[in-house]
Amino acid sequence: MTPDINPFVLFFASIFTSNILLANFLGMCSFISISKDIKSSNGLGLAVTVVLTLTSVINWAILNYLLIPMELLYLRYIVFIIVIAATVQILEMVIDRVSPALYMSLGIFLPLITVNCAILGVALFVEIRHYDLLQTLFYGLGSGLGWWLAIMALAAIQKKLQKSPVPAGLEGPGITLITIGFMAMAFVGFSGMLIVQ
Amino acid sequence: MSFLIAPLTIACISGVLAALIALIDKVVNNYGECKIDINEGTKVETVNGGDHLLSLLSTKGIFLPSACGGKGSCGACKCQVTTDVGPHLPTETPYLTKEEMADNVRLACQIKVKSDLSIHIPEELFNVKQFNATVLSIKDLTYDIKEVVFDLGEESITFHSGMYVQIVVPPYAKVKGSTQRAYSMSSRPLDHNKVELLIRLVPGGIATTYVHENLKEGDKMGLIGPFGDFRRSSTDSIMLCVAGGSGMAPFKSILHDMIDSNVTNRDVWYFFGARSLRDMFYMDEMRALEKENSWFHFVPALSEPMEEDNWTGETGLITDVLDRFIKDSIGVEKDLEGYLCGSPGMINACNNVMTNNGIPIEKIYYDSFA
Repeated sequence: MTPDINPFVLFFASIFTSNILLANFLGMCSFISISKDIKSSNGLGLAVTVVLTLTSVINWAILNYLLIPMELLYLRYIVFIIVIAATVQILEMVIDRVSPALYMSLGIFLPLITVNCAILGVALFVEIRHYDLLQTLFYGLGSGLGWWLAIMALAAIQKKLQKSPVPAGLEGPGITLITIGFMAMAFVGFSGMLIVQ
Repeated sequence: MSFLIAPLTIACISGVLAALIALIDKVVNNYGECKIDINEGTKVETVNGGDHLLSLLSTKGIFLPSACGGKGSCGACKCQVTTDVGPHLPTETPYLTKEEMADNVRLACQIKVKSDLSIHIPEELFNVKQFNATVLSIKDLTYDIKEVVFDLGEESITFHSGMYVQIVVPPYAKVKGSTQRAYSMSSRPLDHNKVELLIRLVPGGIATTYVHENLKEGDKMGLIGPFGDFRRSSTDSIMLCVAGGSGMAPFKSILHDMIDSNVTNRDVWYFFGARSLRDMFYMDEMRALEKENSWFHFVPALSEPMEEDNWTGETGLITDVLDRFIKDSIGVEKDLEGYLCGSPGMINACNNVMTNNGIPIEKIYYDSFA
């Protein structure tokens, strides 16, 4: 049954209180590896937001109009992944044509979105929480913006960390993971505002 | 029937998405006719934009070297692009030096042609052709090295000894796409209608497995070439050549070329390293050449001779043998040049031995199997 949640509430909840990265810990690999550079983080954040919004809506439509009526729910993983891969490929072609500069700056990160588990995670959350189309749209868009916000925040912190004294044993991934832990705790502070399950 | 529904559903969804991608590709990637200006007007080719520079040039009969066949993993298809085509891609930078990047050198397999372009390529690449060759003979030289001779039919190839060709391996077994791999030619440059290659079986290698297990006499195979700048210098310094296994190929070509062109004014020392006698080949031919030509010295060496080999020649690593010969037999004070062909590890080790014996690094030429 569709939960009675205002899509705008869902939108803000997915950015702050239920941030896909810092509350659900999805999409961590590209988050950690790309966040060393602000420009790349920004491009990747934008691309993830576009792909998340598009795929969550397309996957919702396929789920509700094809898989559920035909009792083929067990095919959802493979179908979701095929849709994500195709969307990324189409997006890649369109960005290459419309904005070659953005395409160049995203480089190899753009095709890598295909294997970002946050994208598949959002599609599956939409299914288990029985969101309707509008809720899915706002949840997908909000999750993308939340991922973008988190990677930009980490990139900014990493820029500061580059000039900060870090104990030798903690340099690189060590201090990055500790920083992500602190960021996650800071985002828990938003949880009094809204909780969406 | 229910067991058919799942695969059919997946097939339908995939089909629709594939058709959508193909349709968008056709619309979005349609850049119309683009002109490629090569070497400031020496050649101007008109192509349909949207594809990579490497493949578009090859459709016009201009072949840049590409040992990986355009997959961005060999870094061979370098060319200078003087039109602005955007910053270097992350897939290009590992293969380019800072100087090359400043000079707008790009990998042709990574650059898409979307508008008119101006490029610079070495003039000799205009001579590169694609040959539809026929396999004339295949001979086992060792348990893992084959000598393959190709007949070029009515076509002819003009090359200097030391150059290489790329073989075009068609799809076979589980290998879906066509693959290209580069091999040094061991044939004589005077023989314009034949190409001889020495191909060692690399376990799991796409091209070498095809040659060793599928290729038969009479088969057709595409060859693209000639490429490469590994060649005998025009000085009269003593040549120290070092190779193992199929690294013999360019040196066999160089030796025959010297004999054919009557170059007798410089000594050639050829150090051929192998593990045991079963890895050695062309021994009789090399010894016969040594007998007939006083300037040629052949030094085969085994690093792990077996008892049954009854080996009485040099033993040890080829680098140690080389070091010993430079010091004891050739003389470090002589004017020496190094020529190496083999794995990057062997080339580094020989480079060290040669530079430690006073040979300047710029007088060491090599062809790496990287």
